[in-house]
This record gives sequence, C-alpha cells and structure tokens, in this order.
Amino acid sequence: MRELLTGNAAIARGAFESGVTVAAGYPGTPSTEILENFSRYDGIYAEWAPNEKVALEVGIGAAMAGARALVTMKHVGVNVAADPLLTAAYTGVNGGLVIVSADDPGMHSSQNEQDNRNYARFARIPMLEPSDSAEARDMVGLALDISEEFDIPVMIRITTRVAHSQGFVDLKEPAPRPLKEYRKDIRKWLMVPAFGRLRRVALGERIERVAAYSENAGVNIVIPGDPKVGVITGGVSYHYVREVLPGASVLKLGLTYPLPAGVIRKFAAGVDRLIVVEELDPYLEDFIRGLGLPVTGKELFPDTGEFSPGVIRRGFIAAGLIPEEEARPVRQFDDMPAVPARPPVLCAGCPHRGVFYTLRRLKLVVTGDIGCYTLGGLAPLEGMDSCVCMGASIGMAHGIDRAAPGLRGRTVAVIGDSTFLHSGITGLLDVVYNNGDTTVIIVDNGTTAMTGHQDHPATGRTLMGRKAPAVDLEGLVRSLGVARVRTVDPLDLAGLEEAVREEVAAPGPSVIIARRPCVLISRQAGPPVTVDRETCTGCKTCLKLSCPAISVTDKTCSVDPVSCTGCGLCVQVCKFGALAAAEGGGNGA
Amino acid sequence: MLKPVDVLLVGVGGQGTILASRILAHVGQAAGYDIKVSEIHGMAQRGGSVVTQVRMGEKVFSPLIEEGGADVILAFEKLEGLRWLGYLKPGGTIIVNDQSIYPVPVLAGLAAYPEDIAGYLKSKVRGAVVVDALGIAAACGNIKAANVVLVGVLASLLPFPEDEWLEALEARVPERFLEVNRAAFKAGYGLGTGGQDPGVGCGPAAGTR
Repeated sequence: MRELLTGNAAIARGAFESGVTVAAGYPGTPSTEILENFSRYDGIYAEWAPNEKVALEVGIGAAMAGARALVTMKHVGVNVAADPLLTAAYTGVNGGLVIVSADDPGMHSSQNEQDNRNYARFARIPMLEPSDSAEARDMVGLALDISEEFDIPVMIRITTRVAHSQGFVDLKEPAPRPLKEYRKDIRKWLMVPAFGRLRRVALGERIERVAAYSENAGVNIVIPGDPKVGVITGGVSYHYVREVLPGASVLKLGLTYPLPAGVIRKFAAGVDRLIVVEELDPYLEDFIRGLGLPVTGKELFPDTGEFSPGVIRRGFIAAGLIPEEEARPVRQFDDMPAVPARPPVLCAGCPHRGVFYTLRRLKLVVTGDIGCYTLGGLAPLEGMDSCVCMGASIGMAHGIDRAAPGLRGRTVAVIGDSTFLHSGITGLLDVVYNNGDTTVIIVDNGTTAMTGHQDHPATGRTLMGRKAPAVDLEGLVRSLGVARVRTVDPLDLAGLEEAVREEVAAPGPSVIIARRPCVLISRQAGPPVTVDRETCTGCKTCLKLSCPAISVTDKTCSVDPVSCTGCGLCVQVCKFGALAAAEGGGNGA
Repeated sequence: MLKPVDVLLVGVGGQGTILASRILAHVGQAAGYDIKVSEIHGMAQRGGSVVTQVRMGEKVFSPLIEEGGADVILAFEKLEGLRWLGYLKPGGTIIVNDQSIYPVPVLAGLAAYPEDIAGYLKSKVRGAVVVDALGIAAACGNIKAANVVLVGVLASLLPFPEDEWLEALEARVPERFLEVNRAAFKAGYGLGTGGQDPGVGCGPAAGTR
C-alpha cells in the first residue's frame, strides 16, 4: 500500500517495519510526531521520558538487553542527551540503537539552529540523512542494520522540512525481530577508565570499518550529468538542487559520517568545478577542503536560515551557473500595501496571560523558560526578560540573586510544569542547597502544550494511554526543601499579585504554583465578555493583556464573542467597569 | 505526462487549511500524480500565519514552491493572501476568502490592516476570485465548512473531475459532517464554474440556522 506520510510518520513506520520494540523521547518540534505515530502500532512499547537524557538511557538499556530501540528528540535535546551519547559510542550495542536528531534550520520553533551533524563526528557515531519520507522510512532499517553490524549507535539526522513534509511511502509488512540474548560483559558495558580506554581504541576501529562500508553504501548516490559542474549535497537540499539545476552532476550523500573520501575524490575528478550545497554549517565543505580538493560552498549559500529553491537559485546565479535573466520571474507587486506581521500569541483564555500581566505590572526581572509561555515575553505583555534553554530560568534567577544586590527580591523565575520536570528540579535544588532566596513560579497547565499537548509525569497518563501515578508538584518541591509553597489560580489577578508580592519579599526560596489547565484541553469556554460602550473610555488598558479576542475600534473596546472564552481577565483589569462577565462566565473573577 | 500543479494554501491557525490540503492531495493521488506536501507546525499554531504547500507532478523534487511558482494561491484570510502574493506564478490565480482576522499588532493599534485587499487582488491578478466562504458555509448549515467551500472553488479551477473531489471528501471528512461538507463543496464548485447563486447549491435548508 502506498501512503502519503510525513518524514516523522515515515520514521515511525520504518521503526515498526524493522522490528523496533522500545522507543523513548521527549517532545520537541520538529521531532514530536515520530513517537506519537510509533506509539499507535501494535506490539511495541513507547514512552515519553522526563527529558532526552533519560530517554537515551532507556534506549541504551533496551539495546543492551537485546531489543532494537529508537530514541527521538529535537536538536537541542541532543545537548541534554550528550552525556550518555558520547559514552554509548564506546559501549556500542547489542540490539540496534538509533537516535533521531530533528534539527530546525531557520528556527521555526527553536531557540537556536545548531547543526547536529557535528555531534555525529564529535561522538564518532555513523549518521544517515534522509531527504524525504521514502528515504526516512528506509534509513531507519539501514541504521539499525549498521548499528548491529558495527556494534555502534547510529544517528538519523533530519531537518524540519523533512520531518514535516509528506511524500509517498510504499508500506511493508513488519519483520519479526527476536530479542538478542543478553550476556554480561563488563569490558564492553562498564565504562571505568581501564575498560573505557580499550573501548575508545575499539571505537576507532569500528568507525574505520564503517568508513570502508561508506565507500560502497547504496545511500551515497551519483546522479550523472553535465561534467562542467558537480554538486555535493544531502538532506532536503538535494531536492532543491535537482529542481533548480536539473542538468548538473550530483553526488547525494546519505551516509554523512563517516564520509566516503574515495567516493568524493572520484566524483571531484570527473567534474570541472565542485560546489557544496548544505544547510547550516560548512560540514561537508570543511571535510572536502580537508581532502585538498578545491570547492565552493558557503561563499554562495548562507550558513544560517532554512534553504528553499529561491535561495539555491540565487546561489547558482551568483556562481554564474544560471544566467541572471533566468532569475525566477517573480511578479512585481511594488504598490502592495504594507502587510502587518502575524506573530503567534497566547490563545484567548490562556491561563498564562495573567501571570505575565502581573509580573510586568510589578516591574520584576523575570527569567523565563521554554514553552508556549515564552510568548508572554513579547509586546505588549513583555512579562519576561530572558529565555535560554529548558530549565535555565531557575539557575539564572539564582545567579542574578547572587550577583546583584539591587535585583535581589525583584527577580522571579517562570517555568512550565513539563519543563520543570524536564530540568527545573535540579535548579530548584541548587537554590535550596545554597540558601538562595529565589521565587519560582511554576505555570502548571497540566500538559506539554507548545508541542501539541503531550503527557508528562504529572498528567497521570502515559504516551500509550495508560493510567500513571501523577507527580504531586507541591509535595515534590516541599521534599526538595522549599518551605514556602502556595498554589494560586492565575485567572484571579488580585490573589496572584498578592502571592507574588509576598513571596518575592519573603526570605528563602519560594514556589508559587499557578494552576489552570490549558484552555485548548479543558475547552472550558464560559459565555463571552460583553462591553458597555457607554462606559468604555477607550483607555486601551485591556489591550495590554495581548488577548486576540480584544480590539479597540472606534475608540471603544470590543470583544470577539467567538474567540472569547470568558476567562474574565479583562474584566479585572478594566478600571471603569466597562467589561462584564456574563452569568456563569469570568472563571477567575 | 501529467501537468504539474502547485497550490499554496495560506491562512491563520485553526482555519482548516490542513483538511483542505489533504483533500487536494487525495485527488492528486487518485489521478496518478507524484505529490509532496509541506507544512510547518509549532509556533504557527498559536494564532500565527500558516502555510501548506501542495506540489503535484510526474516527479516532484522540492517540497517547497519557489517564489513566483504557484499556479493557485488559496487564501483562507485576506491579509495572508496578500502576504504570500509574491509566490504566485505570472498567469496564476488567487482564490481569497473575504474574511479579515486581525493580527495582534493590528488589534493593539500598532499596525493598520490594509484597506480593500480584495480590490487590490482583483486589480492585480486576472481571474482572482473573492468568496464569502463563511456566509456560504453558514447557508449550507455549518460555518466550519468554510474551508470546504474554498476547496470547491479550487476544484472548479483544477483539471480533476468533480466525482474525484466528492470521493476525496468522503474519504477525508467524518461521516456525520459529510452532508454539510458536500453541500459546501458544491456551492463553492458552482461559484467557480459559473457564478451560480451559492445559496441554491445548499437547497431549501439554506438560511434556516
């Protein structure tokens, strides 16, 4: 059967067809749908781990026990999992182990655009890069075979455009895969220095064998063409090249660590001019230059942002390979009116909104974190000063507290429930242990909202839909040694403000849990707020809430009855009583 | 040799662009096309602009349409139609839903929503179609079928038989919404093929809700 699948669904399918029985990951765009899809197949086990490090450790354990295992994460998740990753390269595997790194060139939904191809070289593990869904499915099986053949974990590196584009995949029946026998072998699995040194030497030998394999790998393909120009490329860039420069000779690399030096030299010898087309870092280009081959790459194509056919065309025009006059005839719409941006915003009724409105009002320094609520940092809410990585809010707030006496008692950390469980617990432990005074607000909406509402250890449900013990956040933070713990309703602005004022003033660490389910999950829409146009002065105070349901037209405020959920925040901020919650509305009022 | 068809579907999160692209891809698959569909998730879901690209041909390489390469832009919201206009191929056409959804900078009074986008599009693009998809969908019985009204208009411009579209609709829309969506599709299709009064396509039930 032929199905149109996203790259992510294709990877899940490939894992199912190739006998993966254990999969783990942490949600992160653009990787999330791999595990969601995989979890729906029969006869497998899949889980959301609290973070990527734990997910990889689950995968290493499953592979050690003899199963084929899949671990998925976004690019920055590999930073979290880097510790086990670099030593798993030493131990190797028993059953095959595949790690998917989903990179995000252009930062569609990320805080940076690091190129994780560098991780494969850094860790010395083989890497495969599919260019579309069909290849993504096939490469999972190949990665598992390489993993078992060469006793090494394998990375599949995809990008947003591969993860979220659909293409045809011819489905196959799943192959049965018996569990390999586990035998105790401490020289392979117990990485104390004496054994680690041996495994480091063995790793060098194993990766050399993969390099030899790479010279004949079926995923490194030459598409013969005009010998005047040879393009070396991989991943989705391959498709842009084929479309924009159809006649060129192309070397498409699917196995991109270790790179096939012989194949590259041979290809280079058959063309007059060598050009590398790759998104992000000059990863291939540096290697090729290291072979002593003259090559052009980043002079023509940017080292930041996502590629597109237009970017590739402009690069080939600059290279003189496409005449200037063949620039795509883009229609001129010079007199087009200015098009205002449409930035993402917190949803109407989002329980996070009141928190950032309050923090801004109190003029506090706010270290933020990763999630929907990072949108609370944008105008007009502007209730956040920083966002660096998962869990950074708490350590940073503590650092500010220790560094600047003037900011002490004026700084709070804001972190979501899923993010707190991912990597906030250790930060809070640091505050408690070192006698810090930091106030932490856990914005608890009961889900991993940003990535599409995945479960986590406090939701009471697993990825496979089973009931699970739900972590008691109050009990957890108390057990870490936080004495001042209180729970507030973020839609009750007066109560929230009082709690924040008291806790930032109080000595010692405090945790405020601002709890309300995500409005997209609870679907708790009350009757919409109504506006008394006679009373409204058009002061625009309500606009500071950055609610997509509120606008000011003709000098008075209006509330869109379709998108308004009746949360009642605007009713509370209006100084003139012009906004009214209908009977049964105004959740927080 | 199948004639390549590149369609850009643009709108605002929650408007049903994804279902529309699935229906289109279903029809393309039935016609024997190679297909690639590209969409971006994540931040876009929080009220941001969304774009889905559907590419059909004998063999499709790039999942992305190049600027100036779209045969049709199907805009679920006017401002988004304007935003992506540079992707239209010379001689291509745009179908635009006559709906305005103000982005937050406009709601906050920090930016202006352009006046008369529909007029601008009509003056610049030959054969531009402006559709009151919400009104037509409401007349058909459910305002949420506006996306399928737009699919109907699109269908009238593409070289696939009407039956194939109706089959795709059956495959992609849940049973209980099928009747209203069929009516919505036909109303859009009729509008595209000959300016038939869209209300007529929805039968006597039109306007009762």
